[in-house]
Amino acid sequence: MDKIWVITVRELRTFFDSLTAYILIVLFLGLSGFFTWLFGSDIFFIGQATLQPFFSVAYWTLFFFIPALTMKMLAEEKKSGTIELLLTKAVTDWQVIFGKFLACLLLIIIALLLTLPYYITLLWLGPIDTGVVICGYIGLILMSTVYIGIGLFASSITSNQIVAFLLSLVIGVFFLIIFNVFANSFTGLLGEIFNYLNLQTHFDSLARGVVDTRDIIYFLSISLFALILAETSLSKRNIVD
Amino acid sequence: MSIEVTNLTKQYGLQKAIDNISFQVNTGEILGLLGPNGAGKTTTMKIITCFMAPTGGDVKVNNISIYEDKKKIKKKIGYLPEDNPLYFEMPVLEYLFFTAELQSIKKSVIPDRIREMVHVCGLDIEKHKKIGELSKGYRQRVGLAQAMIHDPEILILDEPTTGLDPNQIIEIRKLIREVGKEKTVILSTHILSEVEATCNRILIINQGKIVADGTSAMLRKQAQGEEILRIQISEYTNNDLVASALQSLETVGMIDPVSDSPGSFMVQSKNKQSSRKSIFQLCVQNNWILTELTPIETKLEDIFRELTTN
Repeated sequence: MDKIWVITVRELRTFFDSLTAYILIVLFLGLSGFFTWLFGSDIFFIGQATLQPFFSVAYWTLFFFIPALTMKMLAEEKKSGTIELLLTKAVTDWQVIFGKFLACLLLIIIALLLTLPYYITLLWLGPIDTGVVICGYIGLILMSTVYIGIGLFASSITSNQIVAFLLSLVIGVFFLIIFNVFANSFTGLLGEIFNYLNLQTHFDSLARGVVDTRDIIYFLSISLFALILAETSLSKRNIVD
Repeated sequence: MSIEVTNLTKQYGLQKAIDNISFQVNTGEILGLLGPNGAGKTTTMKIITCFMAPTGGDVKVNNISIYEDKKKIKKKIGYLPEDNPLYFEMPVLEYLFFTAELQSIKKSVIPDRIREMVHVCGLDIEKHKKIGELSKGYRQRVGLAQAMIHDPEILILDEPTTGLDPNQIIEIRKLIREVGKEKTVILSTHILSEVEATCNRILIINQGKIVADGTSAMLRKQAQGEEILRIQISEYTNNDLVASALQSLETVGMIDPVSDSPGSFMVQSKNKQSSRKSIFQLCVQNNWILTELTPIETKLEDIFRELTTN
């Protein structure tokens, strides 16, 4: 566990030493703030004290931002050769993957924490259901674990960051849109499977304030599966190179 | 701490990078891996450091197989990979701290270890800079410092002196020799004089196979057939007379006058015989002044060329 933390701290430090973290946070807050408060079907347009507009904006912004975070995680290390340095230290491949996963997740959580003023503002404006807000945040965090998992997997199979970025977007689109389309066009068992795989179904129920263990299991199992794939592809060097 | 490599094979597609090699290294040995590019030196090192799994065969570090407990082996090895990859965006000290933590050094000892490494590798002036801002030589020192930070019992260095200036090379070689007294060191290099200067055993690999194994003196002896001497006789210019006198010696096989300096000859003795004594006696008898009598050693370069070209 302490090794995982050592790697996490290093990655987080790299985020904040480079401009990555700041750009991401500023863009995330700017975009989500703009659409939550100022533009389109914002909070004033709805006329209810709810963070729903924020959650739907964050749902999309995170979809683009997380691949930008994860793309360099393994691809860059593979390109520069530092992966060899890292993996010949007394750590396992799992600790490396999980440490990086945790670093990305922590950065997302920091970005989400910075949106707390939205909630505080709403408290002033009207009666807000705090339970729903907490569920929405949990939903965003769980959704992020899925995207981070996918992003790390994409980053583990290539040494080109752009390829990793695009690949994780492509895989992400399946969970975000394409499975939904399939779910509507298939009936019976197949339709149900695609409906289960569709990320939106699970996220929407959480954002509405319904905590279902099935949804939580969905998010965690998909991110775990993606991490297992990432680990497998990282340790593939043991078979072919 | 010993390293035991048995029947190691690594295949990339159809090509065998290393082909059934076996050797053993013991504590206090500094083994130089020598070979042309693509001979399999780096692959061998990557397998010993548990970065890569072999296609066949086994490596045992202190009797622990790489298939058993990788973490335990990795903890005992300090590794400087080829091309010395480093996190360029990290400051030197922070990076050393990071490696120290990864190698499970006790928190309380880390500052002492870092201080020692900074001192030993001569990083004192540059220690607050980011690694990316350092010159190649200093990066190489950082690479060495991170390899040795946990005081490993085995050091594996892939071309440790590339990019260093002559002074630094001498320092690093001294450091390796110093470290190698109590530890097991494997280093790879192209530079033949480096192996002679630092290693007490040489392993020449060609096309994935071991073609020579031994000390540099042993390799020389093996490669050298006949004794070759360069002699010079001064104040006597009748070359033909001297040549025929030399030729008449029992042990001498061939004589070759050195073209641009009169009185100089290359004398090749007959197989397994030495003509040094008889040449000296010949000069004494004829009152010739012998100003040079140098045995020409087979150079390591020649041995290397002979073994690695088909």
